[in-house]
Amino acid sequence: MLNHEKNIIELKNITVRFDGETILDDLNLTIRDGEFVTLLGSSGCGKTTTLRIIAGFLEPDEGEVFFDSKNMNGVPAHKREVNTIFQRYALFPHYNVFDNVAYGLKVRHVPKDEIRERVMEMLRLVNLEGFAKRSVAKLSGGQQQRVAIARALVLKPKVLLLDEPLSALDAKLRKDMQVELRNIQQATGITFIFVTHDQEEALSMSDTVVVMNEGKIQQIGSPEDIYNEPQNAFVADFIGESNILDGVMKEDFKASFSGHTFRCVDKGFAPGEAVDIVVRPEDVDIVKPENGMLRGTVTSVTFLGVHYEIIVDIGGFKWMIQTTDYAGVGDTVGLSIDPDAIHVMKKSKYSGLYGDYSTFSDEMEEMNQMSEELAEEYAEELAAQRAEEEEEEKDDASGGSAEEGAGT
Amino acid sequence: MKKTIGNIFVGLMYLILYLPLLVMVVFSFNAGSSTSVFKGLSFKWYVELFTNSTDVGVPVRNTLILAVVSAVIATVIGTAAAVYIYYVRSKLWKNTLNTVTNIPMMNPDIVTGVSLMLLFVFVGRLVGAVNSLNFFTLLIAHITFNIPYVILNVLPKLNQTDPHLAEAAQDLGSTPTESFFRVVLPAIMPGVTSGFMMAFTLSLDDFIISYYTTGTDFQTLPLYIFNMVKKPVKPHIYALYSIIFLLVLAVLLFTNISGMKDKKEKK
Amino acid sequence: MKNRTFLQRIIGAPYIFWAAVFIVVPLIIVVYYSFTDAAGNFTLDNMKNLSDYGQIFRDSILYSLAATAISLILAYPFAYVMSRKREKTQQIMMVLVMLPMWMSLLILTYSWMNILERQGIVNTFLTKIGLSPMTLIGTPGAVIFGMVYNYIPYMILPIYSVMSKIEPSVLEAAEDLGSGSVSKLYRVILPLSMPGVVSGITMVFVPSVSTFYISQKLGDGKILLVGDIIERQIQGNYNYNSGAALSFVLMVLIILSLALMKLFAGEADDSLYV
Repeated sequence: MLNHEKNIIELKNITVRFDGETILDDLNLTIRDGEFVTLLGSSGCGKTTTLRIIAGFLEPDEGEVFFDSKNMNGVPAHKREVNTIFQRYALFPHYNVFDNVAYGLKVRHVPKDEIRERVMEMLRLVNLEGFAKRSVAKLSGGQQQRVAIARALVLKPKVLLLDEPLSALDAKLRKDMQVELRNIQQATGITFIFVTHDQEEALSMSDTVVVMNEGKIQQIGSPEDIYNEPQNAFVADFIGESNILDGVMKEDFKASFSGHTFRCVDKGFAPGEAVDIVVRPEDVDIVKPENGMLRGTVTSVTFLGVHYEIIVDIGGFKWMIQTTDYAGVGDTVGLSIDPDAIHVMKKSKYSGLYGDYSTFSDEMEEMNQMSEELAEEYAEELAAQRAEEEEEEKDDASGGSAEEGAGT
Repeated sequence: MKKTIGNIFVGLMYLILYLPLLVMVVFSFNAGSSTSVFKGLSFKWYVELFTNSTDVGVPVRNTLILAVVSAVIATVIGTAAAVYIYYVRSKLWKNTLNTVTNIPMMNPDIVTGVSLMLLFVFVGRLVGAVNSLNFFTLLIAHITFNIPYVILNVLPKLNQTDPHLAEAAQDLGSTPTESFFRVVLPAIMPGVTSGFMMAFTLSLDDFIISYYTTGTDFQTLPLYIFNMVKKPVKPHIYALYSIIFLLVLAVLLFTNISGMKDKKEKK
Repeated sequence: MKNRTFLQRIIGAPYIFWAAVFIVVPLIIVVYYSFTDAAGNFTLDNMKNLSDYGQIFRDSILYSLAATAISLILAYPFAYVMSRKREKTQQIMMVLVMLPMWMSLLILTYSWMNILERQGIVNTFLTKIGLSPMTLIGTPGAVIFGMVYNYIPYMILPIYSVMSKIEPSVLEAAEDLGSGSVSKLYRVILPLSMPGVVSGITMVFVPSVSTFYISQKLGDGKILLVGDIIERQIQGNYNYNSGAALSFVLMVLIILSLALMKLFAGEADDSLYV
């Protein structure tokens, strides 16, 4: 009987340091039995480290790990009732498919007939029934992954840890496997803890999403909550596309930004409090300039099939709009935003970090910055060089004429 | 045109490279007993080898025993060492270990040989032994220069295998020790085997280090050859090495031809 | 971090012990013997006496440098031609280069002696056709030749290995940008093959400078190198101190040359090229 009220895993005040850096910073996390939880974040955020702490491959420097209310600190990985699916599957190259899946059972000295039965059942579950004798080196990525899943599930663990298992698969297979994994999880009732950097994946598969950055949890919630109500600029930027702006809460239900005051649905802020405003591109309508709450100039239009992606410059800040209405580059347009499309967040250390849509990636922004600086430097050098050359010419001219004069 | 010059050049190089071997094989069939004057064809040296009427039997046997024993021990210690080095976290310690491992490979044989000999003599004098050098000192010397080459073969294989293999085994319930023997070792076995082969071969051919670290009671084949100046030399040694030549050729071709087979399989 | 298992810590113990006792300690003992006399007292006499061998050191270095240079000049084009062949041909060529490496240096050098000596095969042939015999061994040339012969495979293989690993797309890019064969060789292949060259140089120079068998057999007793002197002192005179001093200097010499080369050539991964 699944007990959704039971906390199957608890991490309390977990801190991990390595080489002088803090990888996990006082992390607290509770996971309920039977959930599909995803740890989401970019590389280096600490999500894989968290997984390894739960698996037992890493001991935290501070804090405690509880499994089913039992303290797991100091218990090595091979004694914990959790199983892991590794990013590159870690299949044993010298064993065939059957022996790989049977490994855990053999280690537990399960009788041969039972092993045979359980392994074949598992292979059927992952659709690899005819593959028992195959060598694992000859399998495709998707097949290898299913062997890894079978190998872990055959042991009937209470918790399954998955470390970015789909990242090596191609896009369409990935989508199918996402559905597969979700189905397996719901059929078996096993708690899945899934690690990924792909936010679409996280939103589509999970009951609960844990957004992480720099060793800290930024937000925990259902996919809808994370998307609609991001709690800070980091989450807003990481999940989906967002226009993130500085704003002021004039009073409850009234937010002011981009030079206009809007009606919104948020309250509970101090009057005049500086806040971060999030507006999703798909929530903005393009209207005639005279009817718009904001006015701006279109700087680029990209046709994406599903919609147009239009960049509008409003007072120097580049907004991104996703709409099926066309607007031409250089047009002046008006923007209309419904009250519930405006999401207000408290300021955090991430405020102001995410700029506008003049670039999509951090790298491009850096490169643009760098090339601006370098161009400035080069221009200065060139100017200095020219100045020198002019000096020399002047000297030559005066010296030359003096010589000429002397020569005659 | 360029290709022909290239080919002629390469051909000439091979010719010179194989000249002494050619001479060796030809003279192994010499009816006369000189190694420089050819007097007609005869199998008698091969016959002598096989009827054991030469004195080369003992050195050959010694050399083989030494090679096998030292290679086995070196492989065990070396594989363990490679695994240890693989898991070391401290960069400083790792670099120190790598440097020390490189020393016997970089040092000329004569320095390795003399240094070990001096060690044995030093210890021998301390304990008042009459003969500081014997089979065991020779064995120790061979193991010492073999271990780095084993590490050289095993460590890259360790680096190539999936770092999560041992963890996966533990995740499924194996203790760390069990996970090493059941999963990691089989995965690095090719490296262990090639390390063993390399150690075995190096031991077979070693001359200078053996020269300085063996006692009078244990003579290896290279030392036997070295001593050959002092007596009238017969071509039976050529016969022996012609056989070795064929064996080595067979082994090298076999490993390379089966290498090609593997490549075809993968495609 | 407290995360290495006991097994991971202990598995290296046999090697650490072995390396300490049989690699590190012997070198210390060499230093000890270098700076003491037969009675165990500290002395610099061994070092001072080394000046007697100045010429021998000079000869050893010169001969091995010559051998190294010649090996490089011959091996580089050889490796280049090899790397241009079909895959299967390359494999066969490599086997043929490796074969002599696996044959004992002694038997090969001994065979050359038989070929080149005064009553050797070459001279027997020459006298048969009416020419006068030539003095082939006992010359520096013979010794250098012996060094080149024995160690050139160790020059060919690393260079070939690095050359064959140059990505074909790099060469194609050079062509695409206008390079012909010569230009490609000079501008792309040469610089990229440097690590192999450095490895090869090390693997020829070190054994050459310290040999004594080659100089004994092909030098006909007339050529004395460092290796010969060490052998004389230790096996001949039982003068361990002098032998140790010579070994010590030899070792320092080699370390210096290697360090010099590393400086010259940047990084060369000298532990991987065997």
